Amino acid sequence: MAITEDLPPPPPATEPELLELWEDAPGIPGFFSTVDHKRIGMRYIYTCFFFFFFAGAMALFMRGQLARPNAHVLGPQLYNELFTMHGVTMIFLFNTPVLAGFGNYLIPLQIGTRDMAFPRLNAFSYWVFLLGGIFMYSSFLVGKMPDGGWFGYTPLVSKTFSPGLNIDFWGLGIVFTGLSTTVGSINFIVTIFKLRAPGMTLNRMPMYVWSMLVFSFMAIFSVPAVTLATGLNELDRLFGTSFFVPALGGSVLLYQHLFWFWGHPEVYILFVPATGMISQIIPTFSRRPLSGYLWVAGALVTVGFISFGVWVHHMFATGLPPVAMAFFSGVSLIITIPSGIQFFAWIATMWKGKVELTTPMLFAIGFLLIFLLGGITGVMVAVLPFDWQVTDSYFVVAHFHYVLNGAVVFPIFGAIYYWMPKMTGRMLSEKLGKLSFWVMFVGFNITFFPMHILGFLGMPRRIYTYDNGLGWGGLNAMVSIGSAIFGLGTAITLWNWIRSRRHGAPAGDDPWQADSLEWSTTSPPPHYNFASIPLVASRHPLWDQRPLPFATSGDEADTTGLGAEGAVQRETPVTSGIDTRPEGNLEIPHETYLPFVVALGLAFLFVGLLVKAAVVAVAGVGLAVVAVLWWTWRTEEDLAPPDHQAEAPVSVDAG
Amino acid sequence: MTATAAVVTPGATRPSTRRSYPTAWWGMAVLIMTEAMVFVILLAAYFFLRAASKEWPLGGIEVPKLALAIPFSFVLWGSSLPIFWAEAGIRKGRVRRLKIGVALSFVMGASFLAYTLYDFNDLHFGWRDNAYGSTFYTIVGLHALHVFIGLGMNLVVQLKAWLGRYDRGRYASAEVFFLYWHFVDVVWLAVFPALFLSPHIR
Repeated sequence: MAITEDLPPPPPATEPELLELWEDAPGIPGFFSTVDHKRIGMRYIYTCFFFFFFAGAMALFMRGQLARPNAHVLGPQLYNELFTMHGVTMIFLFNTPVLAGFGNYLIPLQIGTRDMAFPRLNAFSYWVFLLGGIFMYSSFLVGKMPDGGWFGYTPLVSKTFSPGLNIDFWGLGIVFTGLSTTVGSINFIVTIFKLRAPGMTLNRMPMYVWSMLVFSFMAIFSVPAVTLATGLNELDRLFGTSFFVPALGGSVLLYQHLFWFWGHPEVYILFVPATGMISQIIPTFSRRPLSGYLWVAGALVTVGFISFGVWVHHMFATGLPPVAMAFFSGVSLIITIPSGIQFFAWIATMWKGKVELTTPMLFAIGFLLIFLLGGITGVMVAVLPFDWQVTDSYFVVAHFHYVLNGAVVFPIFGAIYYWMPKMTGRMLSEKLGKLSFWVMFVGFNITFFPMHILGFLGMPRRIYTYDNGLGWGGLNAMVSIGSAIFGLGTAITLWNWIRSRRHGAPAGDDPWQADSLEWSTTSPPPHYNFASIPLVASRHPLWDQRPLPFATSGDEADTTGLGAEGAVQRETPVTSGIDTRPEGNLEIPHETYLPFVVALGLAFLFVGLLVKAAVVAVAGVGLAVVAVLWWTWRTEEDLAPPDHQAEAPVSVDAG
Repeated sequence: MTATAAVVTPGATRPSTRRSYPTAWWGMAVLIMTEAMVFVILLAAYFFLRAASKEWPLGGIEVPKLALAIPFSFVLWGSSLPIFWAEAGIRKGRVRRLKIGVALSFVMGASFLAYTLYDFNDLHFGWRDNAYGSTFYTIVGLHALHVFIGLGMNLVVQLKAWLGRYDRGRYASAEVFFLYWHFVDVVWLAVFPALFLSPHIR
């Protein structure tokens, strides 16, 4: 029988063997060929923060220009390019992928498995993201940065009004990076449904895993819309079709519908995983389980559904029929209910627990305050007459920065402080962390709160300068000072990270005495995560199951992957989606360059489209197709269904 | 923290008795969800533009001809049947049935693709002419691209079958292909009525 309770993990005798078996090749070859979800996750996080600080620098330049009336720091064209790239970077190259990066790192650890369901696809989605980011940023090299705003409405972004390459960098880049999100989401969904450790039924999943499941489904159903919005616009631009050309029967409003059908779910695609992080951090530092687990999980799923019915509130000023607007206004108000449920669950958790004010907890509490404000202004702009007054003003800029910067970036910073000990094995400095939080929190509010008032005073968004005597000068100066303070706060965390890589205190396995499975393995975890798969019997395995029981491999073919023998075979158990019974084993593929080659082929395709060089595009597709054929050729060995395993496992001394 | 420690249910690691699909099959299933969404949105765009137009098709373009479209649509939908037959066969380890079924399906799919290309060649409008042309060519063309990719997968499956790579319980890539091919057919169940039949209703 495979069932073994209260058995200690396998003896360390097998560990060197295992490490050698799972180790990547050193140096450059390993860098380009790794499929380890932890290395890929870290890579996502590093790359995203590179883009984050770039976007922040752009914001500081913009604030320099707006600090006083009639300034000459930036010209109008450069200003347009910077606000576009700032938005594009924050949405497509920081927030979305950094959440995917955390997911990559944490999900296999939290559900107790050895890697993602499709490790090579995982590497592929990173390479696509990286090459997509380089693609968009290469516009800086040729001095033709996108300048149509991050949501680039037609006809402004049509060939007629934006003839340059600028818009093509943006449109093709969004299609390209969207591929990364889609592929990543497919991987998350299958991983979460098929690789959970035995006993981790759906109602025992950590809330962060729930949030990434909702994230993934939302991405699956919404990303096609933005791919089509920008993709069809590129067809118009490159091949002369007329989807968005009114004179030929096209519609500019169609573009807005398509864009926002993704664009509003996207807000929740970012927000939901951020709340998932909060739902991990708050219970840990309140020293009690999350209040209303089922309510919170239900709220996440509900938000996922409702968010597909609110997109038109971005289009209230476009003259739609009143019935439609009333409907979407109503739905936009209703979506506050599930968000409110989560909010009260967090408060109740803290209320009934013993709160420890560590740095991650400070970021979580800061998030609550900021999200409250952002949520309230969200309710305000959902109301039609109010929206008509403030649309396209700085009030909206204030609102979405409270939501997307405050309610997403703050949890991400909290997550950095919370999970970095696991990722690197070293603690971040609490002193610097708290300093960073307070500087960021104060800077954030000095920056974005006055923007509400500027909106009421009539300052429109996306203007590169303004005249004296409009009464906007003082507040704008304040906003600019605040942005510098906020930037300083983020830089303190960057310094903290760099410093702690060398000088941080060793973290140990479980520095926070947290409840979920990632804390049961070493920090940083070995390449194989778990020599033996943990057996879960609780929502809080590390709190309720001491010592944590680990499985041993059974005799049946389906259960050989559970114990250390599975790790030796580079296998991880596949379990049934609902009741997590073993169904077989998944072979974790070895390192391979193929994901990189396929991504490179796609990059050639997009460069070919950009510069209109058919040869490059066709060569890119050819390269990708050959690599995909190569990639899939061995499928039967890798994915043999359970009733027919290749051969009996090699036996090991597993105690 | 609860006072009593949670205990692992006995038998928690007993293997599942249900028939299970390989993870790759699930991956394809989720990919199909997002692909289906692509077509849903494209068809929504088609009807959005149509609702805003005084005439449809635009610019005096004739409505799609059905004389060939209907029979070849049935050929495409019918191409799922040999796949069902092949799948039932390989489940019992009968590789020969897999080979025949998949090859038959290839012929049916390829003839549909040939019809689509013939039809494109026969049309009196281009995709640059107006928004009707743009949507028609993009949607039908995108579906044809899916048929093309499906045929490519079909060839790989046939090759693997001939090389003796499949047997009972060892046909994951074939299973992934089966699912994809059914999807390609189901999409046409939506695209065909929308683009070919509905313009006839005035």
